[in-house]
Amino acid sequence: MEHTVHEHPHWQKHHFETVEQQSEAARFGMWLFLLTEIMFFGGLFMAYLLYRNWYNPAFVVASHQLSIPLGAANTAILITSGFFMALGVWAAEMRKKRQLMVYLILTTIFGLAFLGIKAVEYHEKWEHSHIPGIKYSIAEFVNPPAGSEDKPLGVDMAQKTELFFFLYFAMTGMHALHMIIGIGLLGILMARTQRGDFTTGHVAQIENFGLYWHFVDIVWIFLFPLLYLINLHAPK
Amino acid sequence: MSQEQDASNVTNPEHADHHIVTPVGYAIVFVTLLFFTALTVFAAHLELGIFNPIVAVAIACIKGTIVILFFMHVFYNSKLVKMTVASGFFTFLVLITMTLCDYISRAWGLW
Repeated sequence: MEHTVHEHPHWQKHHFETVEQQSEAARFGMWLFLLTEIMFFGGLFMAYLLYRNWYNPAFVVASHQLSIPLGAANTAILITSGFFMALGVWAAEMRKKRQLMVYLILTTIFGLAFLGIKAVEYHEKWEHSHIPGIKYSIAEFVNPPAGSEDKPLGVDMAQKTELFFFLYFAMTGMHALHMIIGIGLLGILMARTQRGDFTTGHVAQIENFGLYWHFVDIVWIFLFPLLYLINLHAPK
Repeated sequence: MSQEQDASNVTNPEHADHHIVTPVGYAIVFVTLLFFTALTVFAAHLELGIFNPIVAVAIACIKGTIVILFFMHVFYNSKLVKMTVASGFFTFLVLITMTLCDYISRAWGLW
């Protein structure tokens, strides 16, 4: 390979004819990866759909244990994080290094805020003994505390609430794991931004990370109504 | 330079106009998404019976589509990317439908 004459930018691999072809291939590959992610989360959504239909009373009552204000706040926080990520892609396209850095930092901060609220929620589940398999009590569902609008469940159905919390932790936990990985990647991207890697026309990696981050957004957009907003009227 | 390495041979006319979404465009998408988030919480408190989950999932689908089209740029991407995304979601729906058909038909009358 002749390396003395370089008519293309240094980030363009030699097996691509043009930069545009390279970024199209990268974008295509990223989407294929995201489709495998859809199938991965899809299995969890399928399990949720089935058990929600089978054990609907348990799912309704168990979901009332989740805090709608915290869930809604987290949805807004995640959308805000995604908004800054989108602006980051724009800043990279415009070759504005300082702005790209600021947007990546804001994306990270809102991502961490989401995880912080999630941690508060998980802790609250621990306090109430709603951790399936480890620390679980159906007492609150068999004998609802005074002031609760939920009807008491029979022991058989009350035991199925553990299934709701299993799916709650599996789905939100897997989602949170994706965010933790994303925040790790953001750290790498910020270091490389500082080095000036992405503001000379090489946008593909910022753009593809953006795709990943927005995908994680979309998963939460479905998780929020499915887990937090199940039939709020049923008990009445 | 050989012909294969002539960039003009591989330039896809679809890409000639590389679209960059402006911050104002993103801001409109952002506000729309926040609006639908508020709407889904509001709708969940209405007594809609069987339609509550349907409305919730419909709003989530609208939000997801907006994110895919604009935050993820699919609206401005090539037909290859559009087809890839669409076929992925279609396959997912096929799998969900067939799995549910199986479960529903095994416990016939109990649903």
